[in-house]
Amino acid sequence: MVTCRQMTLLITDYLEGRMPFMDRARFQLHIGMCKHCRRYLHQMKLSVAVLGGMSPEPVPEEVMDSLLARFSDWGG
Amino acid sequence: MPILQDDQALVGKLRARDKAAFATLVRELHGSLVRVAMMFVKSRATAEDVAQDTWGKVLASLDRFEGRSSLRTWIFRIGTNCAKTMAEREARSTPFSALEEPGDAPVDPSRFNGGGRWAHPPEAWSDDTPERVLERAEAVQEIQRTLAGMPALQRAVLTLRDVQGLESVEVCNVLDLSESNQRVLLHRARSRVRLALELLYAEEEA
Repeated sequence: MVTCRQMTLLITDYLEGRMPFMDRARFQLHIGMCKHCRRYLHQMKLSVAVLGGMSPEPVPEEVMDSLLARFSDWGG
Repeated sequence: MPILQDDQALVGKLRARDKAAFATLVRELHGSLVRVAMMFVKSRATAEDVAQDTWGKVLASLDRFEGRSSLRTWIFRIGTNCAKTMAEREARSTPFSALEEPGDAPVDPSRFNGGGRWAHPPEAWSDDTPERVLERAEAVQEIQRTLAGMPALQRAVLTLRDVQGLESVEVCNVLDLSESNQRVLLHRARSRVRLALELLYAEEEA
């Protein structure tokens, strides 16, 4: 049996596909039966997707200018 | 391994001195390079210097890029090497011992009853898709704050794996981590982000 608390500890192993076959089956069985854990799993996937969708932090203008200047001088 | 087609095109443009291509690459990676460098050096300002040095090294060695890893992985690898050199100069050992942090449970243990079942289960969030969460400025700011506030090693792993989308094997390669340590750090970091969003959406409900 997987408990809800164990689910929160094992969720990254599950999402990363690093779980032994039987553990994975038990994990999925628990998710199938527990709506709270289904929600938790959904929120975790959502969080990962949001991280991947964030715009990059803006590069300060003076940094960009100096890097572009360096690029222009690059080993000619 | 042959150079990925996208990488090949990009490297070709850079070698042809395409300034716009370089600017795009800098915009995509610079902030993450700074964040990863903060794993090794003391201050944000030093990490910024490291990131800038990294670009210099990237240009200096681009002709030797053979595509044994993806271009981004190669750049991050140069970044961590620059950061380590800088850290040695700062005479400060790297904080790898910070892997074990007691009290860093993904969910507060008091939210479960004695049998490990939810006593205080997660509530639904008012935004239910990545697109909707991303449209909400407070949510994005909250994630940025959470990233800034987490231990440096967790931040480096999360930045490379989830923000930049590197494969876990590439993250291990860039940061010199074992696969299992990488996964522990990723787990803690992701759990923090979920929790931060949970708190944000709970506040809105209240």
